[in-house]
Amino acid sequence: MGYLLRNKRRFLVLSARLTDGAIFLLLFFLGVSVGMNEEVVSNFQNIGLQAFLLTVLGTLGSVVVSWLFYLLFFRKR
Amino acid sequence: MKNSILIVIFFVVGLGFGLFSLLPDVFSGSRMTLYILYLLLFLVGIGVGANKHTLNLLRSVNLKIFLIPLSVIVGTFLGTLVYSFLDDSLSLRQCWAVGSGFGYYSLSSVLITEIAGESLGVIALLSNIIREILTLLLTPLLYRFFGRYAPISAGGATSMDTTLPVITRTVGAEYAAISVFSGLVLTLLVPFLVPLILS
Repeated sequence: MGYLLRNKRRFLVLSARLTDGAIFLLLFFLGVSVGMNEEVVSNFQNIGLQAFLLTVLGTLGSVVVSWLFYLLFFRKR
Repeated sequence: MKNSILIVIFFVVGLGFGLFSLLPDVFSGSRMTLYILYLLLFLVGIGVGANKHTLNLLRSVNLKIFLIPLSVIVGTFLGTLVYSFLDDSLSLRQCWAVGSGFGYYSLSSVLITEIAGESLGVIALLSNIIREILTLLLTPLLYRFFGRYAPISAGGATSMDTTLPVITRTVGAEYAAISVFSGLVLTLLVPFLVPLILS
């Protein structure tokens, strides 16, 4: 559909705006489902910090390695 | 940056609504997120189809495209390895199992709960949700400081669906194909890697 409409600028701007709106809604409802999950809420303090630190390090590792790969293999083309 | 702040606000408000059950059951989180996700994927599909560079990019990158999911796997394992030194209550194997959900929290938390029990399952659930949230929030910063593949890498398995819209809005719609590819490879690996690490 996007391919067929590729020359309609106004339509594309509209779809970009809609994408932003849908992202906000998605996060809102992700918050709702986290808030309603009692297992997660009651364990939040104990386990939350563990999960948070583990994730920050794991994600940071991914980002740094992807950065290295980017500098090594992708930058000059 | 303005978008990131708005996203946090929406998430926190949603959290409040869920905590105090302010919404009727019809809106209970997971199903609504699924519907909105479908809408988002449709919109992203339009963005990809409308972008004339997508196919060209995919052709010029060729086999190198496998380096992106590879960087996620190597990087996640290194990062969680460091964490396992800091936290005595979790073994390296447990840390790697949680990390190799790559953000795919529904599947990885269920798998880990089945194999290793509930407490590690909840850690996996939280951790992988946090990975998704971190990616949604930090994508503009990651892009600025670590290059255009950093948000895709941070997103892990989610870069094919939930974080795809943010990623394409930030690094450009022509990277959607790479993002989907990387997310797909990782999503397919989760059900194999997690049991393998815990076995």
